[in-house]
Amino acid sequence: MEKYLYIALFAPLVGSLFVALFASRPKMLFTGILASAFIGISMIASFVLLFHVYNHEPLHVEMMDWISAGNIDIPFGFIVDEVSVIMMVTVTLVSTVVHVYSIGYMDHDKSFNRFFTYLSAFVFSMLILVMSDNFVGLFIGWEGVGLCSWMLIGFWYHKHSASWAANEAFIMNRIADLGMLMGLFLIYWNVGSLQYSDVFEAVKTLNPALVGTIGVLLFIGAMGKSAQFPLHTWLADAMEGPTPVSALIHAATMVTAGVYLVIRCGEIYTIIPQVGFGIACLGAFVAVFAASMALVNNDLKRIIAYSTLSQLGYMFVAGGLGAYWIALFHLMTHAFFKSLLFLGAGNVMHAMHDELNIKKMGGLYGSMKATAILMSVASVALAGIYPFAGFFSKDKILEVAFNEGAYFLWFALFIGAGLTAFYSFRLVMLVFFGEKKYGHELHPHEAQPFVIYALMPLGLLAAISGFFEHSFREFTTRLLSDYGVHLEHHIEVILIASTLGIAISGIAFAIYMYGKRGGFSACWEKSFGYKVLSNQYYIPKLYEMVIIKPFGVASEFMWKKIDVKIVDFTVDLIARVLYASGEKSRKMQSGNLSDMLRWMIVGIVILLALAIFYRPMV
Amino acid sequence: MIGLEHYLVLTGILFSIGIVGVIRRTNLLMLFFSTEILLNAVNIGFAAVSKYYGDLNGQIFSFFIIAIAASEVAVGLGLLVLWYKKEGTIDLTSLQMMKG
Repeated sequence: MEKYLYIALFAPLVGSLFVALFASRPKMLFTGILASAFIGISMIASFVLLFHVYNHEPLHVEMMDWISAGNIDIPFGFIVDEVSVIMMVTVTLVSTVVHVYSIGYMDHDKSFNRFFTYLSAFVFSMLILVMSDNFVGLFIGWEGVGLCSWMLIGFWYHKHSASWAANEAFIMNRIADLGMLMGLFLIYWNVGSLQYSDVFEAVKTLNPALVGTIGVLLFIGAMGKSAQFPLHTWLADAMEGPTPVSALIHAATMVTAGVYLVIRCGEIYTIIPQVGFGIACLGAFVAVFAASMALVNNDLKRIIAYSTLSQLGYMFVAGGLGAYWIALFHLMTHAFFKSLLFLGAGNVMHAMHDELNIKKMGGLYGSMKATAILMSVASVALAGIYPFAGFFSKDKILEVAFNEGAYFLWFALFIGAGLTAFYSFRLVMLVFFGEKKYGHELHPHEAQPFVIYALMPLGLLAAISGFFEHSFREFTTRLLSDYGVHLEHHIEVILIASTLGIAISGIAFAIYMYGKRGGFSACWEKSFGYKVLSNQYYIPKLYEMVIIKPFGVASEFMWKKIDVKIVDFTVDLIARVLYASGEKSRKMQSGNLSDMLRWMIVGIVILLALAIFYRPMV
Repeated sequence: MIGLEHYLVLTGILFSIGIVGVIRRTNLLMLFFSTEILLNAVNIGFAAVSKYYGDLNGQIFSFFIIAIAASEVAVGLGLLVLWYKKEGTIDLTSLQMMKG
């Protein structure tokens, strides 16, 4: 079985390195096919591992010693247990689809080969992240996905907005990573090991306040990767990258790494329910906060990005309240339907020649039926309508909130569910139905057939993956602590009915408003609430005023006053002194032997004087 | 009575004469003379101190210096004769081939 583990882990790396040889060459079709094939191999190996873990036992290997210095001893170890194998399957499945899709999507891009290098490198980093058996390996993967995300957001680096967004994402994540790193230091300091098994064994005996600090610090790291408030602004800006990147990194995999961390450290968070409750509150807040921003945005990809943010909030509610298997379940189903939504959006963008404003689309159903159907399926799944995947996972999270007695959390999520249904169908209606609003010079066309076929598995999973709920629960709770909802049957029915009701009414309202009435009247756009929402609560402006501007002023001061006038001046001074002394002393080299002898005697006199008068302290 | 200090004063005087010679002279032959004076000044010093302490090491060292001085003069004079045949002068200022 070990060989399957190594194949799953290293096939993407091999693919990435091989394609990297051609990175600076013009487009070569085989690089895309080869990279996809390697990811496909990794996916097959992951499925083999899934069946192995399901039927037998988890796999744990130590590939080699890695860091061994003094008391610290960290092996390069990998673990394939119930949690990581689910993550592996999700990641490799979505990656395979995205790779195949990218062959079509990046068809005309001159950096075709480079794109696949980065994409496969990302998959490798993500697999390191989920498969490592210790926190250091997790951190390496964590930074690796951050790096690949930076390279891919800024893929079109000649666009200023893209490189700006890439830097924003990278810097925001560094801030959060500092928190995570401090958490790791605290763990090492108090436990003396960074292996998961040792740490989870040891935290039970540690001071709860200390464990609380560790939990909070680790969660700060998770907040950065999963773009939770107040570090959320990077995710919407990250939509500057190519759409397959948004689908893979900013919907399905990397942004869920924070949720994975909370699930993986479940044994830490069960000791500190207060911190867990704080996480849940933040998650619920983000769920509503992000959904509200998605309501009014007109940018196709940003709407989906805010939706991702909101769904990540749902996952954190489940994770924070201790329902780890439900969080993982929502993570998985969300990965399927959200990447499908993004990839569909990519098809629309191609058809509309990179137009992103959904107000300028409309009536695309006629020319792109397959994409329209797939995106509708994904939207229904996202809205949580029976029998699609989102219904099972999202509804469970609402039940958890109700079961814990956190009624305000439940209410926030309930409102969020309604908003989700509304904005996702607002998008579908504005893009695919209603009047055509684009110019006559545009002739939208459907993507190539193989692209549509590549999306089929995701469409299928978005539709049916919810039915795996029971086997999923049975499987993951072998490792994770089980969480059962103990509500009376009629309450449960009422809850499900009301959630379904609000979702359906959200959809119906969207269809009515944008289908029948042709959208809201223009006076809405002048209202205060609309302005606040469409400016993202003025948070980016606030960050610019409070952080970026003062920091810029301070940097300018440091540069012009301190760096140039003090640091540079000192360094230059040393150089100038050396130059001047060299200029002066070169006259000694007259070539005359007599002069040299005289200098030699001067030297002897100086050395003698030193020998006589200078007594080193012995 | 002649004591150690007299010898050392003589050494000092001879050494100074040698140094002045090395600094002032431009005739290569005179430079060799000055060098010999320097070396022999030191030899006198060694011999005197050796006698004063009753330690033969100093005198042995003097012999070494005499031997080295002799070989140095032999080589040096040989080169000097060659140079004189080639250039017709043994003035130091003519030895500036390596000047950059």
